[in-house]
Amino acid sequence: MMRWGLSAAAFALACGAQLWVAADPVIHMLVQIPLLAICGWLLPLARWEVPKEAVGAVLILALVVGAIWMLPRSLDAALITWQGHVAKFVTIPLFFGLPLALVWRHLGPIIKGFLKCQSISMLLFLGFLYTHAPVRICNSYLVDDQVRLGHGFALAALALVILWLIPVFASPSNRETKGKFHEFSHIRH
Amino acid sequence: MRGVLYTLGAALLGCATLWQATDGLRAVTAEGARRVSVARNPRPVPAVPVQTMQGDWVTIAENGPALVEFIYTTCPTICQISGGDFAELRDQLVDAGLDIPMYSLSFDPENDDLEALLNYADLHSATGDPWTAARPREEDLKGLLRTFDVTVIPDNWGGYEHNVAVLYINAEGKFAGAFDTRAFDQIQSAVESGAS
Repeated sequence: MMRWGLSAAAFALACGAQLWVAADPVIHMLVQIPLLAICGWLLPLARWEVPKEAVGAVLILALVVGAIWMLPRSLDAALITWQGHVAKFVTIPLFFGLPLALVWRHLGPIIKGFLKCQSISMLLFLGFLYTHAPVRICNSYLVDDQVRLGHGFALAALALVILWLIPVFASPSNRETKGKFHEFSHIRH
Repeated sequence: MRGVLYTLGAALLGCATLWQATDGLRAVTAEGARRVSVARNPRPVPAVPVQTMQGDWVTIAENGPALVEFIYTTCPTICQISGGDFAELRDQLVDAGLDIPMYSLSFDPENDDLEALLNYADLHSATGDPWTAARPREEDLKGLLRTFDVTVIPDNWGGYEHNVAVLYINAEGKFAGAFDTRAFDQIQSAVESGAS
């Protein structure tokens, strides 16, 4: 029940953000789209058990949909055509956020680490592109706003670095290492 | 084993989808998509009259082949640059013996009266033949911008930002190509292949 509520709240906030997306790419890309993804991630359907052999396929679905929504032309399409508009509100929660949540707990640490690194480097790449592009990337946005969005991408990358680095230094992995060391020393006895 | 097959299938489908979504990796922006789309499927241009700076009314769609670019004369930056590029393009086409009408079309017909158009033309050495400045009627503007996929948004300084390109209209009056304003050779070959 709680998750339905949170998911619906994220969706409602994303709908509210619609008031500003036409004027501000930062709201569009770094507020509304993440909210839609969170809406899908929080859906209680995400507790469904995915058959083991489907995990890879479901992950690829999420990655492809994510990649499509990183194309500047998709953002323009979502603003200019009603089909793009509807597609944004349907595909990001259901085919990006939800599938990611469905498979996340089945992924090994290496894949998880790879996806996290990939997200950070992609955000930094987009940050560089949007601050340095000599032309307008989106027809619907001004050059100044494009640069602002570039800075936003860089800040988002920084935020993710901090968010994902904390657990590395925090207790769980330390405990794990200690445990292993203990076992190791035990064997040596 | 089944898992590997499913994953491979999804990967193939995913690549095909991305290929489709980017027109074969050729267009990641809306501007790129417009260029690919019209080259593949030329679009009929609405047969609406535009008023040239000399005050004549012409229908560009019935005057094809022609080259068009969208401007507004009070534009301090990109329209002036593209005006200079249009002049260079005119010189190259005339030197090559290609006779094709060129229009700088204002998307701000309310503020761009004939005098403003004449001033803009004068500044860029557009004499009216083959290159003239012109403006559509207010009520036809929306349809024209939609046909040509021109997005105009107000900037914070009382002007506009808009996607700039040289637009090629073929002999059948269809919008058949969009090019960088300095892609002179590409434009010339489009004009030549249309003429033959």
